[in-house]
Order: sequence, then structure tokens, then C-alpha cells
Amino acid sequence: MTCSRRDFLKEAVGGTLVSSLPLSAFVFLTTEEAEAAIAEAKVRWAFLVDTTTCTGCGLCVKACKTENEIPYEAPVTRTWVERYVVTKDGQTHIDSPLGGRDGFIDDKIRDEEIDPDNIDKAFFVPKLCNQCDNPACVQVCPVGATYQTHDGVVLIDREWCIGCGYCIMACPYGVRFFHPTAKVADKCNFCYHRISKGMQPACVECCSFGARRLANLEDPDDPVTKIIRTERVAVLKDEYGTKPHVFYIGLDEAVR
Amino acid sequence: MNEDVIVHGVEWTVKELFVYPNEFIYWSIQIVMYPYMTGLVAGAFVLSSLYHVFGKKELKEIAQFSLVFSLALLPVAALPLLLHLQQPLRAMEPLLTPHFTSAIAAFGIVFTAYGLIVLSEIWFVYRQYFVEQVYALKSEPGFANTLKRSVYRVLTIGAYDVSAGAVKVDKKAAKILAAIGIPVACFLHGYAGFIFGSVKANALWMSPLMPVIFIMSAVVSGIALCMLTYIIIMEWQAFWQRRRGGALAASEIKGAEVDVISSATRYLLGFLVAAISLELLDLIFRGYTAMKSWDILRSVMYGKDFMNIFVLQYTLGNLVPFVLLILPGRTMKRTVLALLLVLFGVFMMRWNVVIGGQAFSLSFSGYMHYEIPIIPHSMETFKEGLFGALTVIATPFVLFWVINQFVPSLRRNVEEN
Amino acid sequence: MKWHVLRPLWVAIGIVGSILIARVFLVPDDFGIHGRNFTYGFHRLSNIQEWKDFQVKYQGREYCVECHDEKVQMLNQSPHEPVECENCHGPAVNHPDEIEMLPIDRTREHCLRCHAQLNYPHSARDQAPGINNRMHSRRRDCVECHVPHDPREYKE
Repeated sequence: MTCSRRDFLKEAVGGTLVSSLPLSAFVFLTTEEAEAAIAEAKVRWAFLVDTTTCTGCGLCVKACKTENEIPYEAPVTRTWVERYVVTKDGQTHIDSPLGGRDGFIDDKIRDEEIDPDNIDKAFFVPKLCNQCDNPACVQVCPVGATYQTHDGVVLIDREWCIGCGYCIMACPYGVRFFHPTAKVADKCNFCYHRISKGMQPACVECCSFGARRLANLEDPDDPVTKIIRTERVAVLKDEYGTKPHVFYIGLDEAVR
Repeated sequence: MNEDVIVHGVEWTVKELFVYPNEFIYWSIQIVMYPYMTGLVAGAFVLSSLYHVFGKKELKEIAQFSLVFSLALLPVAALPLLLHLQQPLRAMEPLLTPHFTSAIAAFGIVFTAYGLIVLSEIWFVYRQYFVEQVYALKSEPGFANTLKRSVYRVLTIGAYDVSAGAVKVDKKAAKILAAIGIPVACFLHGYAGFIFGSVKANALWMSPLMPVIFIMSAVVSGIALCMLTYIIIMEWQAFWQRRRGGALAASEIKGAEVDVISSATRYLLGFLVAAISLELLDLIFRGYTAMKSWDILRSVMYGKDFMNIFVLQYTLGNLVPFVLLILPGRTMKRTVLALLLVLFGVFMMRWNVVIGGQAFSLSFSGYMHYEIPIIPHSMETFKEGLFGALTVIATPFVLFWVINQFVPSLRRNVEEN
Repeated sequence: MKWHVLRPLWVAIGIVGSILIARVFLVPDDFGIHGRNFTYGFHRLSNIQEWKDFQVKYQGREYCVECHDEKVQMLNQSPHEPVECENCHGPAVNHPDEIEMLPIDRTREHCLRCHAQLNYPHSARDQAPGINNRMHSRRRDCVECHVPHDPREYKE
């Protein structure tokens, strides 16, 4: 890893500290220390999406593709943002052009003009891998190339995946795809390389509206865990019995 | 977009309304071919077993042929999977680290076991012939014969005992293997149905009936293909021999035998009825229970795929051949037409399951259309296109020709063995 | 010779045996059950570390402040405080060691991600100041007039 984060951290400890920064708590840990601390503590990663604060800017998608080296022009993506427009005639118009990578800057949906006065409600729903407790995708992998780690994240072994596509078929959420250059199955892993160093996932870091947050369900003092435990949250498609671990605030009946 | 950036599925998927960004038709023509070819293998084997195990004497001639033909089909059942894999060089991994909670993990093991059973059975049926050939070719001159003889020597695996007792043991062993082979063949194909039936994310596939439906239609297609190939080869041979002036015995010129075909037809019709009943039961049940997914399923079945399902599969592929076979005064030509339609019908059934299951989005809010690549312009569009499928269809016939050079499955009046 | 009947069996055992021997050499040593059970935890252990070693690109504001203290302070006191530096400047991964200048996204489309008026009163989108993209200074980049680090200020 050529990144100079560790150098920065060293300097930061000895040098000037900007105490007003919200992430300053992490500055005192070196990468190794953070990793060790996470390995020792019991961890169950989960995610909280607040659909009421998402503005559909798509900067999470852009950050995700860059951070995780998913070819930028390819239509596949590890996370995406869906737009829902429910009109007065009871119809639901849904779109997610390029996964919402370029945001939603036009009010047309698939070239269809929708009269603003005819809209009952409209909102954005970010989607990502649910890191299920009972991941159907893992169950069906014929070679053990995808698996659940002890902290609940489902990873894919790029050296061992045969590319049969069974996991893609098995996921009810459609989060998996074939990586355009690696030629193996791929999906969101909550930026495992970041969260295991004590950082936030790229999409969380780049969200300006707090619509995406990472939680450690094993830590009762985690502020996001507190929200998941105390507020009314929902999950997507629980009828499949996969026990998804991405929780949503303000999830609407129209959301698919 | 960069040259080596290939998004699998973009070439042939057309999306309509809202489809999740990562959804494409990932399982295309080769995955249609896979259950189709495995079905033919299983069906061919079951047909041969009807003679070997249940002593259906009237099926003796077609049984010899269908046993060898099922061997020729066997590698071709794995070929579509190999062509479909994104990492074909890792194809051995299911045997190295099988993850048995996956239906696909069993493929390598069941496939290998089944292959060994078929090979052993053929060995027992033809061992006497191999030994005879080794002796017969001993005095023949020429490099080709020497080579052929050494192939036969290998094929005997060193067992040259052709005494009456030994041959009797052979026969018994073949019968036992055929009996073991039936459940294995059904398992080989039934679990292909399980691969689809167990995908809970897919509203069309998820059904406990899927494995049984697959076995039934597999036997239908297997019997149909064996009958068809048998008729064509026999008629062609007879035609050829008549042209040469009947130098051979009269019994050699008779072509396909009517009673062989009529009795095979009875089994075909029986399995066809079972297959259709189960499929209709599945359809009725989905409509009656009308779960959340029924809205989109109905719009696919009765709308977008109506032609494929009800016209091509049920009418042209099932109903028409059923009538053609059951009406009195059946001729060989009519039988051939009916068999072709049956094969087409089973293919359409596979198509409607595999492609139809991906015709709608997991969001239940959009559709995907499969546009099969005709003219290949890359390895990907060849493998997952029309020519890839044609390669898969052609291979068993080439293999059969090769195998038949050493194992005369079409020989008439074989000594009682 | 009467046991010739077992010969195919020896061949079969030979084939199965060679697969089992091949496994010893071809399966990585750390392949096994490492998670909670065979269903969900059957994998190659070292793959976890391989994913942990994946390169981090987005460094976060605390990295930028190291050198660009002034700009960060300005941003922090502006209505654009929630916007991450790297959202517009791109990931700082090799900056400044390898990439001296980060490619900054100054396009109109970039600003429109939040500031295109969509008339969705029930979503958070309407809470950000929005323009009618078809009316407001068409064909001009927003940064020609507006200061991104503090949108309350105007250029010139």
C-alpha cells in the first residue's frame, strides 16, 4: 500500500491537531492499532440508510466506483441510488440511470415528463449489499469463493471464483455483478479495506447529508447502533429470510 | 469504454422500465443448452436401461445405440457450463473445494460418477467384441490396423477371458450398472432442476416441482433424440445398402424397425403426459396462490412470452406431436416430424425457464429481453451466442461418430450377449 | 481371471484417487471452515487479508487539512461544510507525492447534483437551494460566479 495515510497519522499525532474535526478520534490510532482494536472487539457491521435525507446527488456512487476500482463507464456498480416518484394516479415511476452515478439533475424519468403538480411523493433510496446474516449468495457458491467474515461482511475471493454466476442469481437484491475486468463476481463489501482500518466506507465519507452511516451492532455505545435499536427502521425484502443488515429510515411501501 | 472492459450481459440484454443497475441476463443460451444436453444424456440412458434392467426385449436394438449415444452426449453436458464460466481455467475447482450447500458443487462428482457408470456398462456390453477385435486384427497388416488394435488392447483393460462363464458375468454386471445408473442419471438431471428450483430470489424458478419436471422432460427429450437418431441412421444405412445392390443379407436392409419405434413411442408418450401435467400444475398453482410476484409473472407468461410458452412450447412442442403420435396409421415420416417437434418443445421449455426466469427484474418493476447474438464479433458473443449453441449441438454427433469407430452400436444381429 | 469384472472398478478408483492427490497440491493450505459454519464460512483464509490490503483512495478531510488548512477552515464555516473536499477534488490517494494536482470537477453538472430543482417537496432535495437548470444562466459553469468553498460569496 503506497498511500501515505500512516505517515499522515504519525505527523498528525506529533504536529498540529485540528480539534474541530469530527474524525479526530481516529487520528490517535495508527493503522495497526486500529486494526488490532477492531479484531479484538466483537464486531458486527451493519448499515443505516436515511431515505429522508438523501438528495440523490449520487456522489456516493461516484466515490464507490473510484474507491473500489469499478470501471467508471460500466453500467454495473456496487452501490446505487434509486429515484421513486409516486404520482396521483397511483403509478410509481422508478429510475436509476447508471446507478445514479451522475446524480439526478433532470426531472424526466426515461424521457417522460412528469408534471410536478401530479406528484404525491418523490424520494431517493440508496442501495448497497445488505451483508445478510443468512446470505443466499454464499450458500450457493459451489467452490467456497464467497463467504461471511466473523464481522458479518460477505467477501468474494477473486483468486478462487470460477464465475458461474450462481451467486448473482441467488441474491434477491441484485447487488452482485461480474466485475468488468476481474471477470469474477463482485459486490459491495462496506469498503472492507477501510472499515478494518477504522475508516468509514467511501460512500459514507462522501455523503454530505448523513444519509449513509456505518454501525457496529455489537457496540451498544455506537451512536448509529443506538438509532437502529431505538428508532423504527425497516429492511428490504425480509420475506426471503436472508436477514439483511442494511437498515432504512423512512422506507416506503413503493420501494422495491 | 476500454477494450478489455466487458460488462457481461450488456451485449444481449435490453432493459425495459425499472431494472436494478446490476441486473442483466447473466445466464443465457449456454445455460439453456446445459439442462437440455444433460436431459438428453439422462433420457438416453433411461431408454437403454429399459432393455438392460427391465428386459424390454423389443427395445434391444435401440438400447445398444442409446447407451453409446448417452456416452457421446455426456461430455457435451459439461461443455455449455465450461463455455459459460467467466473463469473456465478454474473449472476443476468444484472438485477441489466442493461447497456442498450449492447445487452446482455436486455437478463434478455426480457427473464423474455417472460417466464412470456409463463407461463401465459399455465396457461390459462390448468387452467380448473388444477381445475379438484384438485377435482379428492381429494378422491384419498396415499401420492403421496396428493402431486400432492397440486401442482395443487398451479398451480390454487386460481382460481377455471370453469363456461362456465370463461373458455371463459381464452381462450380469451390465445389468447391475444399468440399474444403478437410472437413479444416478435422474439425479444428474434432477439436480439440474434443483439448481433452478432452489433459487429463492427468482419468482419463476422457485418451485419444488422443478427437479421432477426437469427429469420428466429430460426423459422425453432423451427418448425422442435416440429414436430420431436411430431412425435416421438406420434408414440412411438401408438406403445406402439398397443402392449398392443388396450385397448384404436381407435382414441388414430393413431400415428402422416399426415395432422398436412403436414401443419406444409408448414410453415417450407416457413421460410426455407426466411432464406436461406437472408443468400445468405448477402454472395453475402460481396463478391460484397469486403471491406478490404473480403480477409480473402473469404479464411475462400471458403477455411478453405468450408466443414462446403457449404457442411454441405447449402447442407446437407438446400438443401437436402428441396428436401426431397418437393418431392411428402412423408412418415413419410422421414419427420423425413428431420427434423433431418434441425435441423443439423441450428446448423451448428450457428456454422459457432459463431466459423466462430472467425476463423480469428482481424489482418486479421492469423487464429484460434477451437478444441472442447471431454474428459473433468477440469470444463472448461467440460463446453466448447462436454459434456457441450450435457448437454444443454438433459435438455429440461428432463424438458419436468417433466412438462408433470402435464400439459398433449400430451393428445388427449382435451375438446374444 | 474371473475377477476381470472388477477391472473398471480399479480404473474408477484410480481416477478418484488422482483427483484426491491433485487436491493436496492444488487446494491452498488455508482453505477450510473459518467462519461460523460450512455453509457461510468455507473459504481461503488469506483472502480476508487480501481485501484488507486493498488500496484506500479517499483520505478524508483530516488529510487535506494538513496542508490546506486555510481552505478547510473556510469550508468548515460555510454552508458547504458537509461537502467533502474529495467530492470535487477527487480522491487524494497519491496526492501530493505522485499526483501533484488533483483533477477538480468544476462542471455545472457537478453542482447540479444537489442544486438542480426537481420539485420533490417530500424529499431532502428541496432543502438544498435549487435552480431551474433550463432557465438559470444556461451554458455557464456555476463556479464562474459562485465560490464553492463558501457559496455565500460571489466572484467579482
